[in-house]
Amino acid sequence: MKKLNSLAIGLALVTFAAGWYLGGSNDALTITSSAGGKSYAGGYVNEQATEAASSRAVKLRTTEGKTHVVNPGDLIQAAVELAVPGDTIQVMPGTYSETVYIDKDDIHLRGVIVEGERATLDGLKTLNDAILFSGNNIIIENFKIIDYKGNGIMSQAGNNFEIRNNLIIDTGIYGIFPQLGKNGLIEHNVVSGIADAAIYVGMSDNIHVAYNEVFDSVAGIEIENSRHAIVEHNHTHHNTGGILAFITPGLPVKDTYDVIIRNNFIMDNNTPNFGAPGSTVAGIPPGTGILIMAADDVVVEGNIISNHKTAGILITDHGNADDLTLDPESDPNADGAMILDNVMLNNGYDTIDAVRAFALTELHTGDIDIFQIGPTEGSCIINRHRYKTVGIGDFTDCDFTNTDDIDNYLLAGGAQPRVILPSERGEIAYLGVCTGCHAYAGRLIGPSVEEIQALYANRPEALVQYINAPTPRRTDYPEMPAQNYLDAETQLAVANYILQVGN
Amino acid sequence: MGKALLYNCQNGAWISAWGLLCAGLLSMSSTFATEPDIQLRDTCPPSFSLSDDNRCSLRHMYQLYDSLQDSGIGGLKTALPKARDGFSPQQIDLGRLLFFDPILSVDNSLSCATCHNPKQGFSDAMDRSIGINGHVQNRSAPTLWNSAFLSSFFWDARAQSLEEQALGPLFSANEMGNTPEQLVASLNSAVVYKRLFKLAFPNQKTALSVNNVITSLTAFQSSLVSLNSRYDQYAHGYHQALTDNEIAGLNVFRSFVARCSQCHTPPLFTNQQVAVIGTPEPEGLARDVGAEKTFNSKVLRGGFKVPTLRNIAQTAPYMHSGRFKTLREAAEFYTGGRGHAVPKGEDLLLHWHISEPNLTSNEIDQLVDFMKTLSDESFTPATPKQAPSGLPFKHMENAHEKT
Repeated sequence: MKKLNSLAIGLALVTFAAGWYLGGSNDALTITSSAGGKSYAGGYVNEQATEAASSRAVKLRTTEGKTHVVNPGDLIQAAVELAVPGDTIQVMPGTYSETVYIDKDDIHLRGVIVEGERATLDGLKTLNDAILFSGNNIIIENFKIIDYKGNGIMSQAGNNFEIRNNLIIDTGIYGIFPQLGKNGLIEHNVVSGIADAAIYVGMSDNIHVAYNEVFDSVAGIEIENSRHAIVEHNHTHHNTGGILAFITPGLPVKDTYDVIIRNNFIMDNNTPNFGAPGSTVAGIPPGTGILIMAADDVVVEGNIISNHKTAGILITDHGNADDLTLDPESDPNADGAMILDNVMLNNGYDTIDAVRAFALTELHTGDIDIFQIGPTEGSCIINRHRYKTVGIGDFTDCDFTNTDDIDNYLLAGGAQPRVILPSERGEIAYLGVCTGCHAYAGRLIGPSVEEIQALYANRPEALVQYINAPTPRRTDYPEMPAQNYLDAETQLAVANYILQVGN
Repeated sequence: MGKALLYNCQNGAWISAWGLLCAGLLSMSSTFATEPDIQLRDTCPPSFSLSDDNRCSLRHMYQLYDSLQDSGIGGLKTALPKARDGFSPQQIDLGRLLFFDPILSVDNSLSCATCHNPKQGFSDAMDRSIGINGHVQNRSAPTLWNSAFLSSFFWDARAQSLEEQALGPLFSANEMGNTPEQLVASLNSAVVYKRLFKLAFPNQKTALSVNNVITSLTAFQSSLVSLNSRYDQYAHGYHQALTDNEIAGLNVFRSFVARCSQCHTPPLFTNQQVAVIGTPEPEGLARDVGAEKTFNSKVLRGGFKVPTLRNIAQTAPYMHSGRFKTLREAAEFYTGGRGHAVPKGEDLLLHWHISEPNLTSNEIDQLVDFMKTLSDESFTPATPKQAPSGLPFKHMENAHEKT
């Protein structure tokens, strides 16, 4: 944020000229009531909504699979390997030191809490991550996770997940880190002692972060390069920054928009920044309640934001932040910030030089609740007279007063997998795999499809059997490798496809 | 030039340096009398479906999945980025013939395959490739596998399409050294090409053109698909495809300690962004500014496009100037400490994922073992029996240290 200085003078003239200016008037203040009134419409239309919005991200099971019980001394991973989609794994209280990875769908991984004793994953400061998953419809709950080097719980491209009621302490870079997934719920977790963000939502869509307590970390809750996220009812305290919504340039997903930060307790986030050099959070000034950087359409409503020495809400573009890479594909400005009613107490009482200097150009001295710098369009606020503000001269009065119409952005019924017809599946597997060795006519490496059709006419099951465990039939051809890695559905689809394909 | 050389050769100008070349040209001239029986395929390469309007469209197993924001990045069961496809079988096959034919270089000394040899992962096993007249290039030759999925090209991301990319080496004075006029003239002189271009571009008045050379090369390169490695079998759900050790490597790879997958993101194993990682240059070589030049931005100094790791075991040595001989050395770089190889006085804005992972030696081994599971050359196209020009092939295998 050191760079704030550089633009200060230039922007000051503009802001001052256009500035909203309190004082010198005897007119009654316009006071907007946030009770009733128009609601923010939200930025997400769920096209597949056939049922009412859900408060869950993972669909309730209609039938339960097997329950695998893991006791101290067993490996949780061994149970994961035995489990099939639909199964539940129950981990009994005790200590487990391992990395658990779930590359399967529809697994519920539950710690069992007995009289306050939890199943504890202990990374002993030598293991990388505690739990990582790539599957869809995964639930992780009730664990205690301590002393890992990487992440407590991370997902890579898993859709429909719930991460709930976990106690996560000092697990390295992130406590909870879903990435590249859609439709996730993160609630009732207590996360502390994290070197980057306690809860970090990265490159994700339709995420709900609620009822978590996050503290003693650099960033409390971070919504980065993500869309349609709600952060509500969390308690974030004693971090460097409380709640962040931003765009990191240089990532393959380029934007952040439609984020609602509401009804959180954001307090005393003045912890010295201990982020790793080079990390984006290393640039957060200690004492920041909410930081909005380059993200668009962020609503801030109903939060109690108190005791932050730099500012209660800090809004900036990329241009005023230090040490960011160049990304022509990312829009650097924070547009559409929407500040509704919040309780703001004792913020900006010992701010950083750059903020203080810019404030001076607006003849502002003393505390700062809301600080905005850099170009912004479409930003608004209600009841601005309540706060000590800098740089919000361009903000209009919002034409709505609340977000009551939006419960959450979770997808009713979950993010659906791609619908693939059996014929399509067969074609994909035939062309994507088989054609390396089999041409329609004539020998390539294996025999021609025409020959296969003649041999297996109307017998797709027999062909499935053969590709699963090929037995050499002709000495003049190389042995066929087993295609048993294709699942049964794909095997049958490809067998049917091969038996009817022309040229 | 082709004609002039031919003239000299026919007049017995057997200057020793030209000997081999003349032999090639003579064999070409001898095929002029009876035009070589080279046909273009009318079927698509593996992994492509032929449509009624004679176009090849790509089919692969990752089409069973979606990706967030259609970004083509994610985890195991994630869609790939949209690929270039839709070329005709004839265009793809003509591209293959051109790719291996040294007639594309001004002095017939190099073909595309010289630096992008299918036997060496479509690279050349050299730290920095060698162009015409022994010109040593600044950078190594990137693999061409899966280039159909890429949105920017060259190490410094300066080209935005395969077509734009192909123009670079063809007409660079230090690489293939050709000119558009010369290229068209020499292709015209090798009679067979007139017919082949006509077959590949039947509706065009002047089928033999620079544009169509570029289109054919693009068509061929977009057919180089490698998506059937053992890793892919794991990704699609067959977990026995990898050993326990390789899975441990996958977990190091995607862990937030090593963070490899943050940039080498599946399923392509690149997120296609520019990253400044601060690898050392070979001894005595000045800092390659990389993407600083492309984007005219200091903060991208020393930045290069994140390369795919598919078939990475086949393309040693590693990094933009081949500084690391083995895959293990390359992996080890990342655990040497943030900026450890950046010389004093060099101001680089290192990528935020270049950190201090302190990987163990065992973890490095596991990473290497995992990366080797990304190998799949099952759709390697056949090398033509002969170059249509009649010239001798100019791609030989270079020795390199095995990982």
